Amino acid sequence: MIDYLREIISGTWSLFVGLGITIKYFFQPVVTVQYPHETLPMTPRFRGHIELVKDAETGETRCIVCGMCQKACPSNCITVNGEKREGVKGKVLTEYILDFTKCSLCGLCVESCTPSAITFSKDYNLAGVKKEAYIFDLKKRLEAKN
Amino acid sequence: MSAFAESEAKETFVLNLGPQHPATHGVLRVKLTMDGEYIVEAEPVLGYIHRMHEKMGENRTWAQFLPNTGRMDYLHALAFNHGYVSVVERAAGIEVPERAEYLRVITSELNRVSSHLLWFGAFILDLGGFSPLLYVFDDREHILDLLESVTGSRLTYCYFRFGGVYNDIDGDFVAGARAFIKRLRGRMPMYHNLVTKNIILMKRLQEVGPISAEMCRKYGATGPVCRGSGINFDVRKHEPYSIYPEMDFDVPVYEQCDSMARYMVRMDEIEQSLRIVEQALDKMPEGPVMAEKVPKVLKPTKGDYYHAVETARGSFGVRVVSDGSNTPYRLKLRSPTYSNLSLYGEACRGMLLPDALALMGSLDLVIPEIDR
Amino acid sequence: MYVDPEIIRLLAFLIGVIAFAALNAAYLVWLERKEAAHIQRRIGPKEVGPFGLFQPLVDGIKLMTKQLIVPAGVDPVLFKIAPILVMVPAIMSFVTIPFSDTLVARNLDIGLLAIFAFASVNVLGLLLGAWGSRNKYAVISAARVVSQNVAYEIPMLVTVVTLVMISGTMNLSKIVGLQMGGFWHWNIFNFSASPLMPVAFLIFFVCMLAETNRAPFDMAEAESELIAGAFTEYSGMGFGVFFMGEYANIVIGASVATILFLGGWDCPFGLFPGVHWFLIKMYFLIFTVIWIRWTYPRTTFYGLLNLSWKILIPISFVNLILTSAMLKVF
Repeated sequence: MIDYLREIISGTWSLFVGLGITIKYFFQPVVTVQYPHETLPMTPRFRGHIELVKDAETGETRCIVCGMCQKACPSNCITVNGEKREGVKGKVLTEYILDFTKCSLCGLCVESCTPSAITFSKDYNLAGVKKEAYIFDLKKRLEAKN
Repeated sequence: MSAFAESEAKETFVLNLGPQHPATHGVLRVKLTMDGEYIVEAEPVLGYIHRMHEKMGENRTWAQFLPNTGRMDYLHALAFNHGYVSVVERAAGIEVPERAEYLRVITSELNRVSSHLLWFGAFILDLGGFSPLLYVFDDREHILDLLESVTGSRLTYCYFRFGGVYNDIDGDFVAGARAFIKRLRGRMPMYHNLVTKNIILMKRLQEVGPISAEMCRKYGATGPVCRGSGINFDVRKHEPYSIYPEMDFDVPVYEQCDSMARYMVRMDEIEQSLRIVEQALDKMPEGPVMAEKVPKVLKPTKGDYYHAVETARGSFGVRVVSDGSNTPYRLKLRSPTYSNLSLYGEACRGMLLPDALALMGSLDLVIPEIDR
Repeated sequence: MYVDPEIIRLLAFLIGVIAFAALNAAYLVWLERKEAAHIQRRIGPKEVGPFGLFQPLVDGIKLMTKQLIVPAGVDPVLFKIAPILVMVPAIMSFVTIPFSDTLVARNLDIGLLAIFAFASVNVLGLLLGAWGSRNKYAVISAARVVSQNVAYEIPMLVTVVTLVMISGTMNLSKIVGLQMGGFWHWNIFNFSASPLMPVAFLIFFVCMLAETNRAPFDMAEAESELIAGAFTEYSGMGFGVFFMGEYANIVIGASVATILFLGGWDCPFGLFPGVHWFLIKMYFLIFTVIWIRWTYPRTTFYGLLNLSWKILIPISFVNLILTSAMLKVF
């Protein structure tokens, strides 16, 4: 009998304590960010899709078309093509195709690049209607950005 | 509540807790044979999200498999990273510098806290309380922001490499981690007051879904499921790896075997993980975060290797068979939730349906990890 | 042409009551979403209109433009009549609720009895709708709702009988009249009648939650349960009418609780009684009903029945006996 009453009283008290907690949060300010009216700053290491880095001295890409990124990628997203030009040592990059529909943002390509020619971008607003919009040509994007 | 009417033949019907259902966390189908309100038999049907990770392991090089480890149990992805990376280091004989080990443990334990917090929110959501889920997501945002500043990803991490980790941390991370530990320690009493001591929840969880210790042993259940039934087994203490021998933490074990015991085990584990992170932040030495001589094309010596780590759901084991080439010959992933779920059929017999759902929630299922 | 002013008054009240019920049903949804949002530290609807105030209108338009699917094989009469059977008693109960000493449609002498009589028809509507749906799970769910409602009618009516014994009348205006003059006269603090009056209020409140199928007793509409509830086969406006009926019932329950226990239109300090105090108290109770929904998890069906039969009924009978003893003695 005593246990029955004690359970009722402690149970009812626990219910009131719970109500007190939620009403406390009711009067506190919201913690959400009203995207798209407000946006948050991206951290420097955020992993967006990769992009070619513009070398400060030459103004062009540092890519030497070694193909290490293409070999490192687990999903076969990257296709790198280059050609030999006269007077220039080594290959010159003609196209760098990234199939972003298959990329898993693992970072193995960025890690394997010896001249640090690719890095992660901070691009997250990627909504589109066609699959072809996600086959990026990074060289064209680099040139368009200049 | 009446007993079964044993004399007449039971008229049972089959109910499908279908692959699309808000209570099963992922695509799990459970075929329930019900007699009125009581469950006669429950048969989980798996395979709706089988993505053939083990087969992919045979066709990828050792390093190329790393992103897959984060996709299996996406809630505690760093522990799965850790398991795979440790077994390959064991096979190839790579030594990991100490700072890297500390970083691995710190990030992995923070990830464990975020996994338990999400389990808590989702479990209470299944039982009908909608608000704790949102409070938990608020706390998780802090962890996810911290881990994003280190690794760059928020959920499916690919941070560990053979011989260390990918990036180093800076002072902001350390300050942020300490601030978060303090904040969560202040919030845990609120969760206990709002949820654990609530009489409705106590009635819902106490003496519901008993899983005895022999059932755990029979099916190989590990993690909070076995620790809630009185079996004291934690891979971090019994088969220690990394720097866990130097950390001072307790393993919560409860004897009552019901859903409340499993719930309390996980809540206590959150506090213990915070202790580990605190000690690791204090003791972390300076140094490199990657081992020096890691070959670019990894070819471990021939043999059969196994390593187990403790994830939020139990003991995750990786077995690799290497034939000396640059891809594994065989990669076997022992998923903890698979063993945990296998006892569901036997544990559910004779229960009411809401109790069976509470039991499923307390097992903490992540279906992509079962189906791999 | 001579029109009886009484008829004009009744017509005005009818329109007013239906408008009040409809507006409440629509905007209680808004209140619920906003309150739930702020409890969870986010903002609820905010894009549609200032503070999201046009959201219920837009939701209503959406519900009305949906196709009213009547599945083949249902009983057409029952299927179509059920939402009406849930909505109409709620609106009819408004006839006898006094909003202030002058604002009452029909001041029936058995007003309290009329309200509880109408409340029982609500359950009938749910059961008929589920039966007419020819859906096995809807029938199981509706059967549960019926047993839940029966179980919780008993403590509620016992508490109401206690109050009738104290007040000596079933006329709602007179019950409020006995509580005028400040909050120490209200029935909830009426310790001279029975020391357990606040407990009686709590019992009444809990029974009101169970009668209207609100959380934590919302087994009928539980979203994460297997059985999708008694409303499975209803779509579009049919579902909308059930929903409105539920909110109208909450308004009725809150009004009755205000009248019986909290002094109706009385000001807490006895200064300026009026309809505004009635509305403030009623909305405070509705706020509490919503607040409770977003705080607690759901009880199981057997926990719910245990609560009623093993806890609420004994305590309400103890209260009844205590009250009658004290009335006899003092």
